[in-house]
Amino acid sequence: MTRRLFISYFENEKDILNATRAARDNNYEILDVFTPYAVHGLDDAIGLKPSRLPWVCLGLGLLGAIAKLWYQVWTSATSWPVNVGGKPLRSIPAFVPVTFEIMVLFAGVGTVLTFIIISKLRPAKKPKSLYKRVTDNRFALVLVQSDASFDVKSASEIFASFNAVEFEERLQKEEN
Amino acid sequence: MADNYSILRKPLILGNKTYSDVTHDVCAPFEKKSSIAWWITFFAALSMLIVGIVAVTYQIQTGIGTWGLNNTVGWAFDITNFVFWIGIGHAGTLISAILFLFNQKWRTSVNRSAEAMTIFAVICAGIFPIIHMGRPWLAFWVIPYPNLRGPLWVNFRSPLVWDMFAIGTYFTISLVFWYVGLIPDLATIRDRTKSKIKKFFFRFFSLGWNGSNRTWSRYETVYMLLAGLATPLVVSVHTIVSWDFATSVIPGWHTTIFPPYFVAGAVFSGFAMVLTLMLIVRTVFHFEEYITIKHIESMCKIIIATGGMVGLAYATEFFIALYSGNPYEKFAFINRALGPFAWAYWIMVFCNIVIPQFFWWKKIRTNMILVFILSIFINVGMWFERFVIITISLSRDYLPASWANYIPTSVEIATLIGSFGLFFTLFLLFARFLPMISIGEIKGVLNYGKNSHGGSK
Repeated sequence: MTRRLFISYFENEKDILNATRAARDNNYEILDVFTPYAVHGLDDAIGLKPSRLPWVCLGLGLLGAIAKLWYQVWTSATSWPVNVGGKPLRSIPAFVPVTFEIMVLFAGVGTVLTFIIISKLRPAKKPKSLYKRVTDNRFALVLVQSDASFDVKSASEIFASFNAVEFEERLQKEEN
Repeated sequence: MADNYSILRKPLILGNKTYSDVTHDVCAPFEKKSSIAWWITFFAALSMLIVGIVAVTYQIQTGIGTWGLNNTVGWAFDITNFVFWIGIGHAGTLISAILFLFNQKWRTSVNRSAEAMTIFAVICAGIFPIIHMGRPWLAFWVIPYPNLRGPLWVNFRSPLVWDMFAIGTYFTISLVFWYVGLIPDLATIRDRTKSKIKKFFFRFFSLGWNGSNRTWSRYETVYMLLAGLATPLVVSVHTIVSWDFATSVIPGWHTTIFPPYFVAGAVFSGFAMVLTLMLIVRTVFHFEEYITIKHIESMCKIIIATGGMVGLAYATEFFIALYSGNPYEKFAFINRALGPFAWAYWIMVFCNIVIPQFFWWKKIRTNMILVFILSIFINVGMWFERFVIITISLSRDYLPASWANYIPTSVEIATLIGSFGLFFTLFLLFARFLPMISIGEIKGVLNYGKNSHGGSK
């Protein structure tokens, strides 16, 4: 199935924020907003929920810490116990530094990999639906023309009042 | 409206830049042909690197005997260089992570280069423990892997093993942090460049980034999480490095002050190196409007603060040694200040305690040539700090019968030169092929196109 998109381009942060809020007030379906940098406040304007990645980070960190702590106890006390300076075999305090490092390693690398996967990024990928100059100096507000009542003319008028510099209509294959 | 900004705070970026100005300015250095100055510095750095490669090859072929080490002084130049380079790296993480958490927006102009500096410094640092092993082809023995010798595991109670994990994690996380920061900028270059080869590489590494706000939103979360992880990590790394010394029983090493003292020293030396590099970068690549006097001043102020901490640590160390009533400890410190290596101690004191005091004056902080010269003094001073701690303590420990002198050989000096060569070669290549300033983040701190109260809400 294909759907028809309506794209308005803006040239600065203030306009894209106001236009996005207006789009929501007018009950347009916002597909996404494309920006050259992270515009703060845009998540609220679109109505995006905060990311759940911190939980992934916490989980992976705990996993790394527990696994490494177990591994140190196992190698030092079970697999081949070696008496070093008469210290206890399960010398937990001495295992803390390495446990911490592996926790950070798992949490950091794991979170980034999760981010890359869930954002559908991958090496050498051809960027999907790249809008004109959004990696340089333009902001694109992409609306879905969800039904026949979508009136391109009235939408153009609304966004022109927020200094939209260009409009575009595109057909796009729907995913999933 | 758009052009208003508060009279209280000066803009971070000068020259009323628009978004495309930023893209253009930052991409300019690597879209033109390299300047003659770049080629001259590159060949100078490469020559230094070659000197180092020759020295290390000779040392590996012949053995550690090519160094000036002896039975008493078993660690000297190599470990000094290791601690020095690791310390340099710490300022990069401080700028990219800690200043990010504290919402210090001025970091955006310098964080990319500072993070690159971290990665290159950790590479330089990592070389020294490996060549110190004498048989570097067995370096993988420090990794606990299932082996046919038992399996015999590494001793997880040893600070040297902790160090391996700390440096490994630090390098990986720094690299990941740097790369994540680069992704949006790589996409910007991908969409700009005309060269097919460049397009291929930038498309490969930009992962299909298209500026979608959903991705930006997650990206910001990931960036925050990485900053939160890197902050305790950087503290842990130099803490663990200091434990290499503090868990031993050598007078002058066996003290509890070492972790905070080392971390402060690392940040101090790292900022001096950031200043040295940034002052060159802003002049050579004409980034004066991005790396402004204000940025340089802020870094000078951090140097005053961390230099103060280092000075306090020197004084505390000395006081505790005298106050402890431990004759060995007392001797170790008097020997530092008045013994055969007193010259090294006083170079350290002069460069690390006296020199930073000049930064109290605004006239000095805003004079780029003076700041550059002073930052080099601090780099030298911090190298000597590690030399003082490591070599002087070892050269005269408990038994006068085993006291020994230490004189570095030409091979050791060549290896040090080589590590600087490696560092500058990597940095110059970075300057040639990647954006030295974070394009995406700079656009976010511009005053251009924002509401009069400076932002979104």
